[in-house]
Amino acid sequence: MIPGSFSYHSPATVEEAVGLLAELGDDARPLAGGHSLLPMMKLRLAPLEHLVDLRKIDALKGIKDEGGTLVIGAMTTQAELLASDVIAGQCPIIQETAALIADPQVRYVGTLGGNVANGDPANDMPGLMQCLDASYQLTGKGGSREVKARDFYEGAFFTALQEGEILTAVKVPVPPAGHGYAYEKLKRKIGDYATAAAAVVLTLAGGSCKSASIALTNVGETPLYAAEASAALVGSSLDKAAVDQAVSLAGAITAPASAGRGPTHYRTKMAGVMLRRAIQRAHERAAG
Amino acid sequence: MAKTQITLTINGQQVEALVEPRTLLIHFLREQQLLTGAHIGCETTHCGACTVDMNGKSVKSCTVLAVQADGSDVTTIEGMAAPDGTLHALQEGFSEMHGLQCGFCTPGMIMRAHRLLQENPNPSDAEIRMGISGNICRCTGYQNIVKAIRYAAEKMNAATKEAAE
Ligand SMILES: Cc1cc2nc3c(=O)[nH]c(=O)nc-3n(C[C@H](O)[C@H](O)[C@H](O)COP(=O)(O)OP(=O)(O)OC[C@H]3O[C@@H](n4cnc5c(N)ncnc54)[C@H](O)[C@@H]3O)c2cc1C
Ligand code: FES
Ligand code: FES
Repeated sequence: MIPGSFSYHSPATVEEAVGLLAELGDDARPLAGGHSLLPMMKLRLAPLEHLVDLRKIDALKGIKDEGGTLVIGAMTTQAELLASDVIAGQCPIIQETAALIADPQVRYVGTLGGNVANGDPANDMPGLMQCLDASYQLTGKGGSREVKARDFYEGAFFTALQEGEILTAVKVPVPPAGHGYAYEKLKRKIGDYATAAAAVVLTLAGGSCKSASIALTNVGETPLYAAEASAALVGSSLDKAAVDQAVSLAGAITAPASAGRGPTHYRTKMAGVMLRRAIQRAHERAAG
Repeated sequence: MAKTQITLTINGQQVEALVEPRTLLIHFLREQQLLTGAHIGCETTHCGACTVDMNGKSVKSCTVLAVQADGSDVTTIEGMAAPDGTLHALQEGFSEMHGLQCGFCTPGMIMRAHRLLQENPNPSDAEIRMGISGNICRCTGYQNIVKAIRYAAEKMNAATKEAAE
């Protein structure tokens, strides 16, 4: 099983990369870790003429704390996220999620940028980035723009990324100190995509929920930011009634396909179970 | 399709070669370099039989292009034993603790365990199991693989301690 023929380019700068993409047109694609793209090319599901490898571009690497915002280079791998003290200290839910992606070998090479740019609803980072209200920095020949993760996903494998653009960085607003968080993922085995998963970040003030953000993975064509479910928790003591309400509102926006990971109603139900567990753990962490 | 020149280090030796961009690292190693230790199991990034060490990371070489390995430092199972043939502690461990039956998964298991022990020289059994979770074995049931890796960790730690004294 090998990909069809293509030509290979390995530019050293972002300018060179976007120049190449513009010149080569829609038969060209950026290559990051290759752990979604190469499997598709091996199955001949993604016939491409040109790959533009981003691995030599230093500007796409590294994690910076820019006073309240984490700026994570697109080529940062899951393993690098897991090893980062900045991430551990400022936004540990990113590590909790990264650890649930695939297996060690895949995490050494798979990148955050590739995970969020891929557009596969089964990827875990897009839902998390919606939960965290992250933005993506997109750069094309004409310049740069920023798109919120909550506005980026249009359908399965359809995103706001335009032809010729690359995603250069992910910007994550640091959640307030003392926030509670959890990413709960149901999978059949290690290395499997989610049957359903839920990301929760919340804060408490005087025993009641001051802010809450919920997003769901792999229970629709795109990751789902659950605005109404999030709002249902705010002001409550995270009692059973409020959690039941959030689970029901979140379930209402899901539309998972009936596939290998189970029928639609089961996956919606499991999204609710994951959400309930995530709220509980986030609550314990915020209170703790 | 035009071939691309790549230069890399494999088991300590510098290698220059021409490859098609679509050539996978596993095919380059097995068919062009005749290093057939790394195996092709699933070809779909699941089984880990093709695992080699690249720039200090364990990678599934069925999902890496040879051109992506340009400039890198690759170690395969062939590079583990000492030049005089003395087995590496992991190879000895797999032999002593019966960490293999058919042996198909073993090159990948050992290369993955090698990197795991570099990063965490004294892993718990649970950490070993998580560490090799990208490698599938259809024979052993993993118990003896965990024992083999623990054997190697103990032996390597004892050697480090002795060297320090
Ligand atoms: C066995 C296995 C299990 C897996 N399990 C999971 C899992 O549980 N959860 C999960 O989230 N993922 C999983 N994955 C996918 C893995 O995380 C991929 O690494 C990830 O989806 C893509 O990142 P990449 O760096 O490998 O990108 P690539 O495969 O190189 O690229 C993916 C897509 O994004 C585009 N792209 C990449 N980088 C950029 C950029 N900077 N700008 C613009 N476009 C870009 C590419 O053109 C391509 O279309 C699994 C993969 C395997 C092989
Ligand atoms: S052959 Fe590469 S993971 Fe199975
Ligand atoms: S020993 Fe046979 S697959 Fe592991």
